Amino acid sequence: MLESILNSYPGHQDRHDELLESSGKPRPHWQELISTLEQVSPAQMRERVESIQRQVRENGVTYNVYADTKGLQRPWGLDVLPFILPHEEWAGIEAAVIQRATLLNAILNDVYGDQNLLKEGILPPALIHGHAGFLRPCHGIKYPDNYSLHTYAVDLARSPDGRWWVVADRTQAPSGAGYALENRLIISSAFPELFRDLNVQRLSGFFATMRDSLAYWGRVCAANQSRSNPKIKALGDGEQPLTVLLTPGPYNETYHEQSYLAGYLGFPLVQGNDLTVRNGVVWLKTLSGLKPVHTILRRLDDDFCDPLELNSISVLGIAGLTEVARRGNVLIANSLGSNLLQTGALLGFLPSLCRRLLGESLLMPSVATWWCGEPHALETVIENLHTLVIKPAFPQINEQPIFGEDLNHAERDALIAKLCANPQNYVAQEQVKISQAPVWNAETGKDEPALGSLAVGLRLYACATPQGYVVMPGGLTRVASGQDERVITMQNGGTSKDTWVTAPYVTSYRSLLRKTSSSRDLVKGNANLSSRMVENLFWFGRYAVRNHHFSRLLRTAIHCFMEFTTEHRAMEWPTIQGLCNWYGLMSADNEENPRIKSSEALGSLAEPELSDELIESLLVSGIFSSDSPSLASHIQGFQTLAFNLRERLSSDNWRNINQMAQRFTDSPESATLSEGLLILDETTASLVTLSGFTLDGMTRDQGWRFMSIGRRIERLQFLCTLLSRALKMPAESNLDWVLELTDSIVTYRYRYSSQAEWLPMLDLILMDENNPNAMVFQLKGLIKYLAQITATYGSGGEGQFIGRLAALRLFDPDVVFRQGNTELIAWLDETYNASIALSDSLSHRFFSYSGQLQELSAQEISQQEIFNF
Amino acid sequence: MRYRVLHNTHYYYEGPVMLSQQLLHMSPRDFYAQTCLTHTLEITPPPNESLKKHDYFGNITDYFAMVTPHRELAVNSSFEVQLMPRLKLGDLYQSPAWETVRDNLRMLNGQNQDAQAFLFGSPYVACSDALADYARLSFSPNKSLLQAAFDLTQRIYNEFDFDPDATHIDTPLSEVLENKHGVCQDFSHLMIGCLRSLGLSCRYISGYILTHRAPGQEDMVGADASHAWVSVYCPVYGWIDFDPTNNCLVQNEHITVAWGRDFSDVSPMHGIVLGGGSHTLDVEVSVKLINS
Repeated sequence: MLESILNSYPGHQDRHDELLESSGKPRPHWQELISTLEQVSPAQMRERVESIQRQVRENGVTYNVYADTKGLQRPWGLDVLPFILPHEEWAGIEAAVIQRATLLNAILNDVYGDQNLLKEGILPPALIHGHAGFLRPCHGIKYPDNYSLHTYAVDLARSPDGRWWVVADRTQAPSGAGYALENRLIISSAFPELFRDLNVQRLSGFFATMRDSLAYWGRVCAANQSRSNPKIKALGDGEQPLTVLLTPGPYNETYHEQSYLAGYLGFPLVQGNDLTVRNGVVWLKTLSGLKPVHTILRRLDDDFCDPLELNSISVLGIAGLTEVARRGNVLIANSLGSNLLQTGALLGFLPSLCRRLLGESLLMPSVATWWCGEPHALETVIENLHTLVIKPAFPQINEQPIFGEDLNHAERDALIAKLCANPQNYVAQEQVKISQAPVWNAETGKDEPALGSLAVGLRLYACATPQGYVVMPGGLTRVASGQDERVITMQNGGTSKDTWVTAPYVTSYRSLLRKTSSSRDLVKGNANLSSRMVENLFWFGRYAVRNHHFSRLLRTAIHCFMEFTTEHRAMEWPTIQGLCNWYGLMSADNEENPRIKSSEALGSLAEPELSDELIESLLVSGIFSSDSPSLASHIQGFQTLAFNLRERLSSDNWRNINQMAQRFTDSPESATLSEGLLILDETTASLVTLSGFTLDGMTRDQGWRFMSIGRRIERLQFLCTLLSRALKMPAESNLDWVLELTDSIVTYRYRYSSQAEWLPMLDLILMDENNPNAMVFQLKGLIKYLAQITATYGSGGEGQFIGRLAALRLFDPDVVFRQGNTELIAWLDETYNASIALSDSLSHRFFSYSGQLQELSAQEISQQEIFNF
Repeated sequence: MRYRVLHNTHYYYEGPVMLSQQLLHMSPRDFYAQTCLTHTLEITPPPNESLKKHDYFGNITDYFAMVTPHRELAVNSSFEVQLMPRLKLGDLYQSPAWETVRDNLRMLNGQNQDAQAFLFGSPYVACSDALADYARLSFSPNKSLLQAAFDLTQRIYNEFDFDPDATHIDTPLSEVLENKHGVCQDFSHLMIGCLRSLGLSCRYISGYILTHRAPGQEDMVGADASHAWVSVYCPVYGWIDFDPTNNCLVQNEHITVAWGRDFSDVSPMHGIVLGGGSHTLDVEVSVKLINS
């Protein structure tokens, strides 16, 4: 069968083929893969491809595309066939990557230190002083063991003659190592035997080394902290320094990877406002107070890290972070300002810099690159424009690469004019015909296996250790999308491959994910729970319940509206309409936020009389409207909140939330009431599933407790609002809707099998200990969880609610549980107010650190002053 | 010439500020034309931590942080400086032609390193063809650099209207050039943009200027303001200061605080507060000649 697979393989004359030699025979290191493919039936291959796609989906491996408005995420593209490199070849690549990382680190240290390279005229000043990434406040900062480049990635491509070339360096916050790890877990299980037989080198050692090195330098910072700050205790024996992974947040394109890596490495995933600077130290805001941070592995851009000294428009950073780094009280990996090296303009200078700084010649060349800022380079570029790609030299110039060969005469002239006007802003790079590797075409593989080929590039990773750089034995192979083989980017729909580096000897067989967890890892999760996470969980609990109430309320309103004529529903309709209005769901003219209304309005009955047509259109927009408060907009907000909790939610749960939000996005523009009812039913079902998950699927840690408190507060408030209003209805009103709203109608009918009456209804909704929707149930839960908070953090504020529960139980049902009872209404209003106070005090006490930063700038000073000369 | 300068900044916040971190460029630096004799900085409420340092350009910075809730923040800076005489226009006849200076600054020989740091665009100064075109009317072929720079200073003074309401800090240079009005900051940024667009090196200077009052008029605290002007690099002489807002070569009425690429490097007070809501701001400056 060997022939049949390879016969369909498209060769390419003017490229290097990774799979085949020029004779058409497979290269030795691919032979085993080919014979495996040969033994596997098309059906089996299809199964493997499907299994891979399923795993990508289920693990939630995604890549966010900023411009993508339809859903934030796109599933990660992964080819079933690995990219294979033999160990003989790897040794050369590895040495070259180590040398390059060492060189770039030395350049970075020089530019942010003595600047000898500028003094000697080896580096043109434009590459430093004209680069927006040169952060002057970071000049002079010293780093432990002289490492400022702690992680490094490099993009390689292979030219037709089989040599590897460097296309670009990633020195700021390289992404993709986490995806490489996930690719490995998925693909190694697709070909377990082949993976074993080929002796593929494992990746886990690289990540363990990175974690150990960061911890080593974290210890140096910890020692610095306790030396300069008597209040900070030195790390005890066996106590680990605190390393956090700083993320720009869930909207970043590689957020999934960041949360995955954080989990894999055991680092808390934090955002800028989880951290704060006090007394020259960075602290993590946790539920149990501030904890000193020793190492920050950052995925946030350089200048966004510190709004005080770097980019003042950043809201993602930590004010004062630069000064902490200056004092040596935190290790930031990579050091602030490392983006400076991420410019194509530097490539042409590397050979001489390498000789000057390392006394060696550069082991692996960069793809020929001219910085147009050099006069003779500009001439060469203009002469050879048709063979070159023109790219911006600096990150502040936001332009797409231009391929010289694509240009017509006029465009060419325009480009030349642009280059001559600002030559220092551009680099020109030779266009390499990059190599192609085999890919499996899942789509066309119906009748016969289709072994295709696509252009590939290799992204490799290195990290610093106190003993020098180490390279991840593997990496991320990126595959062109097929439309334009000249550009490989994950943004434009390219895919990836697992990268297999064979080993000369048998490597020990070890599973990859967290097989080396120690007791330290077991305690960690809870201790460093950030205040932001806890706050998000609290509001997640509240909004889940609130949306549940909203969809029930709208459903009840629609039923009542459709089932009864105007006269028949006259008695209870004003109350239902009033409730909808209170929650902003039937807001003809009322734009107020329900949360800021005081309880005085709780039982107000003065509702305007509306025509049936108006009611219908208000209800429809209360469900679907995108520009006024509606269930749709609340669900959208809820999805955003959930997104911020990604790492706490299982993929099943996440899918459920996504589906719920998707239904609103997919709904027609002019929906009807019956379509509304359908979506309300589905939404209610999704929310019931969600609450089941919170009961069964989440660990009962402090975060869960806060979420449960949020749920109970929300339900308590709803019951107070509903009953306080309902009690003011005429005595002979139909009460079924109240039972329906509180999800108690089934129990009521089962027990009483008669028309609902005030006393049994109020008893079921207020006093029934077994009814999870009853008032006592909320109060008891609230008291229990608050008491647990009290046990850990001191008074949680449950005392008040013990009093309220006692007062409720003291009521004589025969006297108090009646329509219009003022004593009961007063109790409901007071309880409502108490719950608002509780929510505020929890926010103030536990979440207050997470307030929004505000920039106070002297910008106004200069403008408000009087210039009188 | 000896001057006393007071610069009082007072913030009033709508709500309590929980955390405040501020970075000041208010202490005057020493250089050949100026010596700072005394400087005091009074901050209320008293900061929980403070730190005096030098920035990349050698300016003095004061950092302070407060973690106790407060609704007002006052920073009172006062200092005395001694100014030394500077070269007059007539002394500067040895200035090379501007093209010679430009070509020298391009050379990769490790010389002029200090000046090469100020050759390129910066956050508030984007270089452009339009600015270069405007500058070329002063920078005719082979003209001496300093003559041309003074000519540009005069043109900006004559062709632009001083108007504090016309611009704000983020008004782009292209708009200033188009509408031809602004304040000292805009004129300085504009002149810097012109020079850098020609490949010349120049700095933004932040400081104060003595205001002349009509005879008999009382000196009042707060009648003055902070000021900004431009320093141009010219071999042989070094850095020579021009004030496009006042149509002059800087002599002995300009008090320097700090210099950088543009305003963003030397903003007198820049900070981050947590909480506070909206705020109002009072600034008072007074510049007094105490001894000539």
